[in-house]
Amino acid sequence: MIEAVGLTKRYGAKTAVDQLSFQVRPGHVTGFLGPNGSGKSTTMRMILGLDRPTAGSVTINGLPFRQLPNAQRHVGALLDAKAVHGGRRARRHLLSLAQLSGIPEKRVDEVLAVVGLQDVSGQRTKGFSLGMGQRLGIAAALLGDPQVLLFDEPVNGLDPEGILWVRTLMRRLAAEGRTVFVSSHLMSEMALTADHLIVIGRGRLLADMGTQEFIAHNSAGFARVRAADNDHGGRDALGEALTKAGGRVLQEPEGTLRVTGLDLPRISDLAHEAGVRLWELSPHRASLEEAYMRMTQADVEYTSTEDPRAELWEPQPLTVPAWEDELRAPEVPRDSFFAPPPPGAGGQSFLMPSDPGQLAGTDRNTAQDTREDTR
Amino acid sequence: MIELEGLTKRFGAKTAVDHLSFQVRPGVVTGFLGPNGAGKSTTMRMMLDLDNPTSGTVRIDGKHYRDLPEPLKHIGALLDAKAMNGGRSAYNNLLCLAQSNRIPERRVAEVLDLVGLTPVAKKKSKGFSLGMGQRLGIASALLGDPEILMFDEPVNGLDPEGILWIRNLMKGLAAEGRTIFVSSHLMSEMALTADHLIVIGQGKLLADMSMADFIHENSRSYVRLRSPQQERLKDVLHEAGIDAISVPATGALEIDGVAAERLGELAAQHQIVLHELSPQRASLEEAFMRMTADSVEYHAHAPGAPGLPAGPGAADNPVRPADVPAWGAGYEATRKGGE
Amino acid sequence: MSSFPAVLRSEWTKIRTVASTTWTLVAALVVTVGVSAGLCAVFNATFNDMPKEQQVTFDPTLASFAGMTLGQLAMIVFGVLVVGTEYSSGMIRTSLAAVPRRGSFLAGKLIVATGLALVVGLVTSFLSFFLGQAILGDRSIGIDEPNVLRAVIGAGLYMAMIALFSMGVATILRSSMLSLGILMPFFFLVSTILGAVSATRKVAQYFPDQAGSKIMQVVPGAMDSGEAPYGPWGGFGIMALWVLAAVLGGYLVLRKRDA
Repeated sequence: MIEAVGLTKRYGAKTAVDQLSFQVRPGHVTGFLGPNGSGKSTTMRMILGLDRPTAGSVTINGLPFRQLPNAQRHVGALLDAKAVHGGRRARRHLLSLAQLSGIPEKRVDEVLAVVGLQDVSGQRTKGFSLGMGQRLGIAAALLGDPQVLLFDEPVNGLDPEGILWVRTLMRRLAAEGRTVFVSSHLMSEMALTADHLIVIGRGRLLADMGTQEFIAHNSAGFARVRAADNDHGGRDALGEALTKAGGRVLQEPEGTLRVTGLDLPRISDLAHEAGVRLWELSPHRASLEEAYMRMTQADVEYTSTEDPRAELWEPQPLTVPAWEDELRAPEVPRDSFFAPPPPGAGGQSFLMPSDPGQLAGTDRNTAQDTREDTR
Repeated sequence: MIELEGLTKRFGAKTAVDHLSFQVRPGVVTGFLGPNGAGKSTTMRMMLDLDNPTSGTVRIDGKHYRDLPEPLKHIGALLDAKAMNGGRSAYNNLLCLAQSNRIPERRVAEVLDLVGLTPVAKKKSKGFSLGMGQRLGIASALLGDPEILMFDEPVNGLDPEGILWIRNLMKGLAAEGRTIFVSSHLMSEMALTADHLIVIGQGKLLADMSMADFIHENSRSYVRLRSPQQERLKDVLHEAGIDAISVPATGALEIDGVAAERLGELAAQHQIVLHELSPQRASLEEAFMRMTADSVEYHAHAPGAPGLPAGPGAADNPVRPADVPAWGAGYEATRKGGE
Repeated sequence: MSSFPAVLRSEWTKIRTVASTTWTLVAALVVTVGVSAGLCAVFNATFNDMPKEQQVTFDPTLASFAGMTLGQLAMIVFGVLVVGTEYSSGMIRTSLAAVPRRGSFLAGKLIVATGLALVVGLVTSFLSFFLGQAILGDRSIGIDEPNVLRAVIGAGLYMAMIALFSMGVATILRSSMLSLGILMPFFFLVSTILGAVSATRKVAQYFPDQAGSKIMQVVPGAMDSGEAPYGPWGGFGIMALWVLAAVLGGYLVLRKRDA
């Protein structure tokens, strides 16, 4: 269990972490999300006692990190894969860590086998690839068989097999009742791994809820409906019926309809009433990425007046069908999906905001950014 | 258009790339997949004429790379975010590249603006984070406004917004008719980006097909049915000789090997109300794991093929505790032994 | 084939936009001029205590270049870094992707860097000469005396050649650290020591620095350095052969090996 209460960190005038309170509970994989410079790394460092909070506190199993007796046995962390002295051999590196906290030598070989590095355990870490460094970091985190585990971008540099393995490992560790806290920028990966999310933006807590709940909360799912192809006019009839019933309908290139605002049984009934046979009726959850973008939209530090992401949503051309035009003339369905710009609009091949810092997240404070990302 | 013909690279006794022949076509994003050590990087380096092939050829728009008069105007590449001189500013790093290919200087400011590095253009790239270095690399690839672009692990170090941006950038460039070739280890990301896949394992071509075909050929798909008249539905299916699996957890029926169209017609015929009729596709990751199971180089701990959770009930339940013995099989064995 | 002037422009931008260029070249100039002036002052003060043979063969021109033994080390660092940072930073892959013709790439880089080294070398040699002569007072020599102008220009050429030699070696070894680790002790210790011991002098006199530095002498066998079997230009020719070998070796390595 990790518990932060009013955690605050200021660097001069800049507040990196602002009154952050949350709990990371055992038995779950908790994802830690936030844009660059939102204070994620600073928070991680404060949890591990590397940075001292300006105010508030963060405890692990009830004690601040620095007061934990034999911290290695309680907390394992993977922060920076390159934080290993390059001249050391992999096994000796782990052995020195083990000896520091009185962990038997046998455990070193155990964790080396765990991460599949036993064949290269005698090599100097200097020659390690990013993926191998990452595995060594994971081995070090597991060394003390700790109850609390922190991972910062754990799949960096791993190949697909390794990514799958790390995901399985984290879920297994959580299933054993351990507390697993993971930060990552890969939304699609997080959606598969974390069952609980803590999202911060500009150092403040934005969300602390289950992953599914978070997605449902921050974006609308939709239903994909396809009328039988051999039923001419069926699609139009269905579209009209759905629109009349208050649904919002967009058409995919192959003719399938995307419907929001109506649940599946209702769509089924409406289709039946309209005498349309269905070949597909499937629920689609929005992606974690979409939900995350929506939530953090306001919290990226620089926002130009025109939302540049509006153009980034849907690369495939969705069209507003004819019946929609008549019934709901100029309104653009802003809160479901955004209509894409015409291809190559304004002679620009691709779009970036007029304020580049918006997406770069680089022009806030370079020192801060470097710190945020030196992992 | 990139064409490889019989491309081979040996390092001593080891064959890293083995008679590789394929084409990367314009207008689509082509994903380049393979386990670690499959020869992806070596192949990409040979495409740029950085490594000399042992045999075989690579042609860029019909020409050998070395014969391109100003290569950056034909092909831009992001190979390694750190392939810049850290002691030089971002602007000057790009400027010397631009000058060598007679690209006008204003283009440097343009691409820096495009990737959002304008505020740090005059800073030495030494102090850049991984994500910023990545953006600089992307800027250098775009410098000559090339028709062909190659990206090796482009989302490395980027934050979610950057990831979304680069994905849409690649799709947008492909839509303009350019040739986009991307390698990545992130299957979930690749599934969102690529239209076509080239998969290699141990230096050999394993697959060269569209994303949809690849997933279709390498995994099972099924249809999920949900109805308020579940029992009647079951009977109807049974009569039609269709096997359905009940999934108590979700209250749905899952059916293998029958098209959604046929099930829809069947339900309409028998006047059964359906609340869900959704074809389910397996994930790219799953398909990839199946295909490459035999060609992973260091299967230290995998006894036989990995027991992938597949089929009904698995693919759509992303938060499952999968049990995949991969490079951690030893760990699991140890744990079980200890408990 | 990329247009060669474009490659030259690009290399010029590369060289002027890194800090190491400035500090190595300034160091080469300041160290050579400063140490030479200091040593000239020492020669002047202790001239009468010198052995007879040294007094007879005293070469005021060469004396004013006495600091070059140290100053050339900065030139070596310059030459090594110009090539070596391409490899240590990983820039080489980006550079070769932009200019895939290995010959154009290397020629462009070496021409620009050597040109710059030559300009700095000439400024250094003229400054060193005039400052040295001013300090030597009565024992000084005029630039219009026979062979003196050749020696002064030669000193500038010598510095450029040392830089070019270092670039060649760095291209062969593809590493700044390795190149410096070999070149610095060689020029500062090995060559000097072997050249001072009469038994090994016969071999050492064919080393690039020993042979090349003959061009700075006006008095043959100056400062009791012994007669060489070649003249000033002959010596410079020997050095040029060394440089040619290093550059050619570098080109072959660059062509042959994977970047």
